[in-house]
Amino acid sequence: MSLRSPLSKAVGLGSAGHGFSHWWWQRVTAIALIPLSIWFLVSVLSLIGASYNDAVVWLGSAFNATLMLLFVFAALFHGQTGLQVVIEDYIHTKWLNLSLLLLIKFAAAALALYAALSVFKVVLGA
Amino acid sequence: MQKERPLSPHLQVYKPQLTSMLSILHRGTGIFLSLGAPFLVYWLAAIAGGPQAYEKVHTLAQNWFVTLLLLGWVFSLYYHLCNGIRHLFWDVGRGFDIEDLYKSGWMVLGAALGLTVLTVILAVGRMGGA
Repeated sequence: MSLRSPLSKAVGLGSAGHGFSHWWWQRVTAIALIPLSIWFLVSVLSLIGASYNDAVVWLGSAFNATLMLLFVFAALFHGQTGLQVVIEDYIHTKWLNLSLLLLIKFAAAALALYAALSVFKVVLGA
Repeated sequence: MQKERPLSPHLQVYKPQLTSMLSILHRGTGIFLSLGAPFLVYWLAAIAGGPQAYEKVHTLAQNWFVTLLLLGWVFSLYYHLCNGIRHLFWDVGRGFDIEDLYKSGWMVLGAALGLTVLTVILAVGRMGGA
């Protein structure tokens, strides 16, 4: 009889040892993106025809800035997990596979930082 | 993978079906939406950058090709959102009967197209009013 718990037998399996965490965070961000996407679409729609000042006032509110950054971060993280699966499925050349995986992760991190600094700038300036 | 081996599934031997087409569309819209992320961040940076930077985005958005891209992103977001909810139902083990799969598939497609048309109507209305 094994004294190992069912959980300890299941954790850490898979070729990379972290397949579950990838799957889980893709779902967590997916659920977060349901209300955030609807908010984003309604917001962008309401900003059509807005002047530059309207846009600054809108993004300058702490409420909109928070939701915008949550949307951007969740979308970038979710997109990065999805692209990773696509790359793993179709790109079998080792160096290209690794290069693309690094590229999407670096790009997501850089875009997240750029978005955060831009939104902070508007909030602090408004 | 060391040698050129046939990839499974052999898509060319399958009859196109709603279920497989929607599955491919989920991936396709996901990839397309990812390509939109830099543009979203560019827009935020333009708001931070000042009136001239913002005006540049405004002019760019009126280019017919960029308008087409925006339309594609709106549809993709609606489709990926609706079909993503369909996926979440599958994740908890629901909706796997063939009949349900087709029903939810048509629902997702109809909702995505309907919401896209509604958004375009609202957008055009706002542009006319501005």
